[in-house]
Amino acid sequence: MHDSIYQHGDDLVITQRTPVSDSVVELTLQRGNGGRLPDWAPGAHIDLILPSGRVRQYSLCGDRWQAHQYRVAVQRDPRGSGGSQEIHDQLRVGDRVRFGGPRNNFRLAPATEYRFIAGGIGITPLLPMIQQAEHLNILWRLLYLGRDQRRMAYRQLASRYSNQVTVHTSGHGHRASVKQWLGTPDPHTLVYACGPEHLLDALPDECAVLPPSQLRLERFSSPLADVPVSRESFDIVLSRSGRRITAKSSDSVVNVLSDAGIDVITSCSRGVCGTCEVGVIEGRVDHRDALLDDDERSRNDCMFPCVSRSLSDSLVLDL
Amino acid sequence: MTSLAASRCPFSGATGAPSSSADGPATHEAPRIASTAAVVDVDPFDEAVLANPHPMHEQLREAGRDLVYLPQYDTYAVARYEVVRETLENWQDFASGAGVGLSNFNREEPWRAPSLLLEADPPRHDAPRAALEKILGPRRLRHYESGWMDTAHRLVDSLLGQGIGSTRELDAVTAISEVYPLQVFPDAVGLTQGGLENLLPYGNFAFNAFGPRNRLVTDEMESIKPVMAWVAQQCPREALSAEGFGADIWARTDHRDLTEEQAPMIVRSLLTAGVDTTVYGISAVLYHLASNPEQYQRLRNDPSLVRRAFEEALRLESPVQTFFRTTTREVSIGGTTLPTDQKVLMFLGAANRDPRRWENPDAFDLDRNPSGHVAFGSGIHQCAGQHVARLEAACILIALLERVEHLEFAAAPERKINNTLLGWASLPLRLHTT
Repeated sequence: MHDSIYQHGDDLVITQRTPVSDSVVELTLQRGNGGRLPDWAPGAHIDLILPSGRVRQYSLCGDRWQAHQYRVAVQRDPRGSGGSQEIHDQLRVGDRVRFGGPRNNFRLAPATEYRFIAGGIGITPLLPMIQQAEHLNILWRLLYLGRDQRRMAYRQLASRYSNQVTVHTSGHGHRASVKQWLGTPDPHTLVYACGPEHLLDALPDECAVLPPSQLRLERFSSPLADVPVSRESFDIVLSRSGRRITAKSSDSVVNVLSDAGIDVITSCSRGVCGTCEVGVIEGRVDHRDALLDDDERSRNDCMFPCVSRSLSDSLVLDL
Repeated sequence: MTSLAASRCPFSGATGAPSSSADGPATHEAPRIASTAAVVDVDPFDEAVLANPHPMHEQLREAGRDLVYLPQYDTYAVARYEVVRETLENWQDFASGAGVGLSNFNREEPWRAPSLLLEADPPRHDAPRAALEKILGPRRLRHYESGWMDTAHRLVDSLLGQGIGSTRELDAVTAISEVYPLQVFPDAVGLTQGGLENLLPYGNFAFNAFGPRNRLVTDEMESIKPVMAWVAQQCPREALSAEGFGADIWARTDHRDLTEEQAPMIVRSLLTAGVDTTVYGISAVLYHLASNPEQYQRLRNDPSLVRRAFEEALRLESPVQTFFRTTTREVSIGGTTLPTDQKVLMFLGAANRDPRRWENPDAFDLDRNPSGHVAFGSGIHQCAGQHVARLEAACILIALLERVEHLEFAAAPERKINNTLLGWASLPLRLHTT
């Protein structure tokens, strides 16, 4: 007996598409049935699986108090490998994408003061952090760096929080001094920064006034992000009996196993709690859970079959 | 104290279904609110009800509405599976920060500083939760598995002796359920100073304190003070061993993921919620296995079912029976609009036997897939120690299955009464060993 509202598919529908700068489009995503989405906290990102099969990771930049929608902002990258262009040129309101996660490698830890540094589209994970700092009434400041104003998606922050936000454009050739902006912060200050590599690489020196543990960086790219996802079917092989079951790419592995008479106990059904973990003996997993970090994913020795599937033609499970 | 609930205990005379609610006359539409909540005039914290809540659960589920009003406590309640699960998951509308008991922390002083996990909402809840999820996650727990298995074997061998083909009578609560968790968990946390006898009274009091200020609470008010002091002494970094869950929590302060004010409070959460609940969970599965000998035989034939047996017992017993939430704004349940700052009581045990969700819900059935039960809650507050509970239960069950051919009741079990927990004070069992 299954309650439909708890059998979460991972299809999202694009319900709004808003250009927010010359090069950035903001997408609002909801479930087809309008149901609740997995919870997240500032710093989290989701994997979007585009219609082409490309997988891209985007920070959630919306409001977690709205449990039925996710928001991401995507900057067109003409030199990228095609994900952002696919989103900009092809995705329209009403189109569907799949998602994985949310996962969070950039958690907002407790502090007495936050300093946020955004390079261009790196502003996205910082937006919900700013909202949270406001909510908790904790002092924060933002240094928002970009090449030119027209590309900066959330420059209205500067008028809303004029005392806290410093916008700096490098279009005229001179770079911002993070060190000067940082000054002498309270010793319990945490610095959160997201942006291009050259910015992040310079920050440990620029922020040397604080211990390294107080500087948190989020990089744009993950080595796992470029793996394309097959939309074909795959085989599940049960190592103990040798049985082979074919799964369509749209089915959850838990449901496929259940239809074959093998019940794996689940609890949250959305890759969050870890109850259904199954050992993987062979094959490459299409990880869609919120639990494993990148290292654990690449080890490829376990999966959470309530949400994760297969990248390879077959998956040998320890069942 | 004695009352016999549920399935097929040979001493209860009952055969499964909870008794009919026909004798509950008080189901009618609420007169005092312009709404569709059903008024049910029951006292969920009455000691007779606490000892056998299942007939009341049926009454609450079948009152005709998703939302019930309990006039005695001027509070609302949900008992059907879907609405209980939705309420558990919807932290935006149903807060935990005003306390998850009857007492509203917005207006009343809590008996202790509120928990950073159970009695907190995002964003304050985020960092403590993220820390515990990793520290108590199934991947970290693998490190403890072989040690806990060895301890289970030693306990079972000491209870049954080395002889074969013999019969032992024992009280499974005092000989197994209350013993095994205390042999593995405090050590895993890293407690070093003795005084472990304080843990069960502390948990028992904490769970009583979610209910009204009845005898169960007031009788212990004085005796709990030195227990609270002992618990507080276990939480600082220097009191804990260099390895363990406690040290892992404190290590997070070195990386500034937690503050030094938060760390001892999170250790306290482990000591509050990590012992009684597992004791009750192990008792629950032993009770249902003793009540269903043919299911015990199935489990012996296929020990890979132990995890399912534990989940099924949790579904039926729901050791944590109830938690409250408090509305953060006007919110509608089943067509009734609740005002802001209104307590809502969630009956986890009633949801776990809702026939809308579970076929033959009162049966302990190893053919059933118990996935989706809400005995651990659901959503951001779902039990952070659930994998600890599962591992403890699996270890002790496997050790018993290896030695015990069959088990049966030697005398009638006795309920333990607690405002929040449902469990056993005594489970007299006869164990036949191989």
